Amino acid sequence: MIRLKHLFMVIAAAVFLAASPVRAATPGDTFVIAKDIADIITMDPAEVFELTTGEIIANIYDRIMMFEPEDLKTLVGGVAESWEISADGKTITFAIRPGLKFHSGNPVRAEDVAWSLQRVVKLNKTPAFIVTQFGWDADNVDELVKATDDGHVQVTITEEFSPGLVLNAMSAGVASVVDKVLVMQHEKDGDLGYDWLKSNSAGSGAFSLKTWKANEIVTLEANAGYRHGAPGMNRVILRHVSEPSAQRLLLEKNDIDMARNLTPDQIKGIMGNAEIVVDGYPKGTVVYMAANGSHPILGKPEVVQALRHLVDYKGMADSFLAGQFVVHQAFWPGGLWAALEETPYSLEVDKAKSLLESAGHGDGFKVTIHTLTNSPFPEIAQSVQATLAQGGISADIVTLEGKTLWPKYRAREHDIILARWSPDYVDPHSNADAFAHNPDNRLEAKLTGVLAWRNAWADPASNELAVTARNELDLGMREKQYVELQKMLQTTGPYVIMFQQNEQVARRKNVAGFVSGSNFDLVFYRNVTK
Amino acid sequence: MAESTATGRQTTGSARAPSSFVVSLLGVAASLALTFIGLTAITFAIGRVMPADPVLAIVGDRAPQDVYDQVYQQLGLDKPIYVQYLRYLGQLSKGDLGVSIMTARPVMDDILRFFPATLELATIATLLGVLVGIPMGVFAAVNQGRWPDHVVRIVGLIGYSVPVFWLGMVALLIFYAKLGWVAGPGRLDVYYDGIVDPVSGVLLIDAAMVGEWDIFKNAASHLVLPASILGTFTLAYIARMTRSFMLDQLNQEYILTARVKGASEHAVIWRHAFRNVLVQLITIIGLTYASLLEGSVLTETVFAWPGIGQYITNSLFNNDMNAVLGGTIVVGVCFVGINMLSDLLYRLADPRVR
Repeated sequence: MIRLKHLFMVIAAAVFLAASPVRAATPGDTFVIAKDIADIITMDPAEVFELTTGEIIANIYDRIMMFEPEDLKTLVGGVAESWEISADGKTITFAIRPGLKFHSGNPVRAEDVAWSLQRVVKLNKTPAFIVTQFGWDADNVDELVKATDDGHVQVTITEEFSPGLVLNAMSAGVASVVDKVLVMQHEKDGDLGYDWLKSNSAGSGAFSLKTWKANEIVTLEANAGYRHGAPGMNRVILRHVSEPSAQRLLLEKNDIDMARNLTPDQIKGIMGNAEIVVDGYPKGTVVYMAANGSHPILGKPEVVQALRHLVDYKGMADSFLAGQFVVHQAFWPGGLWAALEETPYSLEVDKAKSLLESAGHGDGFKVTIHTLTNSPFPEIAQSVQATLAQGGISADIVTLEGKTLWPKYRAREHDIILARWSPDYVDPHSNADAFAHNPDNRLEAKLTGVLAWRNAWADPASNELAVTARNELDLGMREKQYVELQKMLQTTGPYVIMFQQNEQVARRKNVAGFVSGSNFDLVFYRNVTK
Repeated sequence: MAESTATGRQTTGSARAPSSFVVSLLGVAASLALTFIGLTAITFAIGRVMPADPVLAIVGDRAPQDVYDQVYQQLGLDKPIYVQYLRYLGQLSKGDLGVSIMTARPVMDDILRFFPATLELATIATLLGVLVGIPMGVFAAVNQGRWPDHVVRIVGLIGYSVPVFWLGMVALLIFYAKLGWVAGPGRLDVYYDGIVDPVSGVLLIDAAMVGEWDIFKNAASHLVLPASILGTFTLAYIARMTRSFMLDQLNQEYILTARVKGASEHAVIWRHAFRNVLVQLITIIGLTYASLLEGSVLTETVFAWPGIGQYITNSLFNNDMNAVLGGTIVVGVCFVGINMLSDLLYRLADPRVR
C-alpha cells in the first residue's frame, strides 16, 4: 500500500509537471506535415507505387527527366543535361550533367543511370511496366539501356513508341537515379539491394531519407549540395495522423505546418482562422463509373449512354464535393497537355429514358454499384443511386475496402464500379493504355491491370487510335489524336467519367513555397520556407 | 478415525507434492501450447477466408498479372493452406515471426517498437483506474443510496458508456486546443523526436535513464490525455465492480459480527470487507489490464499514438498475415501472462489458496 502511495505521488508530480503550458510552433528549420502515411510499404523507387511514397521519392531522387516545381508544365532534364533522338525515333542518347553527387558523396555516373533502369526491369515490380512496355526485359535490358561512355546513356526501344512518350516515362518514379556503388554494398543474394533500399535511400535529390518508422513518422534531411542549391528547410517531417480532426487541432495549435487530409467540413471550419490558409491543387485523379461489358444489360452501348445522362454531376460538385472535386468528363485530367476540358453531360432523365427504351429496358432493371468505403465514394454512389432511380434503374450499393474491391474488379465480378484512377506518369498514354486499349478481351488473357479489360470492353477503333497516338512522332498530331480518343470514349465504351480531384491543403500562414502538381508524385518540398 | 484421515491426507499430500508440481507444470505448459496452436490456427484460418488479397496489398491494384503471380508464389500462397500453416509454425518455433508486408520489417522488430507505446499507455491507465476507481467504489458502497453513490454511478456511466473516440476529441479540444495545458496527438513534439535512443521503448523510462528531463516532461504531457481517457474507462469499470463486490460483503453476517464486536468502521471496511473483495478485484484488474495491452484502436487513432492496436488493425485491413499473427501471439502471451500473475496474486491475497 505504501509503495502504491509513492507511485501515486510520482504520477501526480509527472502530471503536474506535464501540465505546465506547452510551447507551440514547430522548429524554425523543419517543415512538419500531418498526413495519413499508412499506405507506405516501400521506399525503393523500383517498387514505389503508393501516393505517399510517390511524393517522398520525388524529393529524394533526381530522375533522368523531370518536371521542376518552378514550372510544372515543362519537361526538362533532371540528371540528363541534354538528349538526342535518333532519326528513326527509337534511340535516345542522354548526356549526363557533370559534377553531380549522390548523398553518399559518390559521383553520379552514366553507369548509375543505366543501372537504375536495368534494376527496375530486372526486379520487375509493379511500376516496371512503365519501362518494360518499350520492349525491355531482364535478358535484353543490359544491351538496350547502356552507358556508352562516362557521360552518356543510350536507351533503345524495340516497340514503335513516340520518343515524346519515352521522354515522359523517363520522368516517372522508376527513372529515379540510384547510387549503384552504395546500393550494391548492401546487396544480399543477388537482390540488387532490394531488401536494403526498401527502408533506405540512395539518391541525389533535394532530400535524403533519415528515418521511416511505419505508421509513425518519416524524416527527410536536406541535401545542402543539391544542384539547385540547398532546400529552404533543413528537415521535412511527415507525421502519421490518420484522424483528420486531430490534424486540424494540431494545425490550429501550430504543432504542425500543414494538414493534408482534412475533410470538407473541417476545411469550412478552418477558413475563418486568420493564421491558416487553404490552397487548392488540381490533381490527376479522375473519379469514374464503369459498366461491366459482360453484363447482359450493361453491355449495351445505349444503356451506358443512358447512365451518362443519369448522373447529377453539377449537383454533387456544388454540394458535398465542393472544393474537393470538379466536374470532368474525359479520361485524361484537365490542366495537362492534350486534355479535353469539354463536359457535354448533365442530368437529363428524359434523354436517358428514351435511350433505355430504345435498348429495350424502358421498364428498368436492377444493378449493383461496387465502390470504396472511404469518402466521397459512398456519398457519390448514393447520389447516383437516386438519379438512376429516376431513370427506372434500381441500384444496390456495396462498399468495400480497396484490398477487397480490387480483386473483384480484376476478376470482372462487378456490375457497375465507382472508382478512381490517376496517371502513373505524365503522358496521356498512361491513361489511354488503361481506358482505351484492350488488345485481348478474352477472360484467360488476364490483362488485369487494364481498365478496358476489367470491364470486358474492346473496340478496334479505340485500340487503333490509342496505338497511333502512342507511336506518333509529331507532337501536334499526337495531341490532336489524344483529344480525339477522349472524345470517342465520351460516347462509346463502358465509362461514365465524372470528376477530377482538387486537393485541399491547409497550411500555417507563414509557410510558403509548397508545390503540388497534377500528378501524385509532383509534390515538392525544396522551395518551402517559413 | 478423524486423526487417521488427517494423517493420511497429510501423507498423501507430501508424497504427491513433487510429482504434482511437475504434473501441474506440464499441465500449464501443455495448455499454453494448445492455446497458442489454437490461436495461430484460428487466426491463420480467418486470414485465409477474408476476401482481402494480400498480394494486392504488395503490388497495388494495377499490377500486371505476371507481377501478381510472381508475388503470389513468393508468399507461398500457391501451396495448400496446411503447408503454409506448418511452415509458419516451423518458423515460429525458431522465434521468427516473418516479415510484415506493410512495414517491410521483421514483425518482431515492429512489435518491439509498437508494443512499448501501448504498454506505457495501458499501465498508466490501469494505475489510474486502480488508484482512483477502487476508493471510489468502496466509498460508493459504504454510502449506498446516498449522493456519493449517485455521483460515482454517474461518473461510472459516463466513463463506461461515452464513446472513447468522442471523449478523446472533446478532451483534446478543451485541454490541448483551448487551454493549452497538455500536449496534443503523438508521443512527442517534433522538437524532441529521435533524440533519445529507444532502449525500453517506453519513452518515460528511456528519457529518465539518460536524464533528458525536457523530453520526459514532453512525453508525460503527451501521455496525460490518452492515459486519462483510457483511465476513465478503466476507472469506471473498476469502480462499478468494486462497489457491487463491496455491497455483497457488507451485507454478510461476519460484518455484522465485526461491528457488534466493536470494530471501528475503518477496520470493518478495509480489514474485513475489502480483504474479501480483493481476489475478485485482482481478476477484474488483470483482465482489464490485459485488454488494454491489446491496444485501444480508437484511442490510438484519435491521439495518433503508434501502438499495437493500430498496428494490428492496419495489418488486418491489408491482410498482412505475418503481422496479424505476430500481434495476436503477443496479445495472447499478455493475456496468459497476466492471468498467471493474477493466479499468483490470489495466493498472496487469499489465505485459503496458500
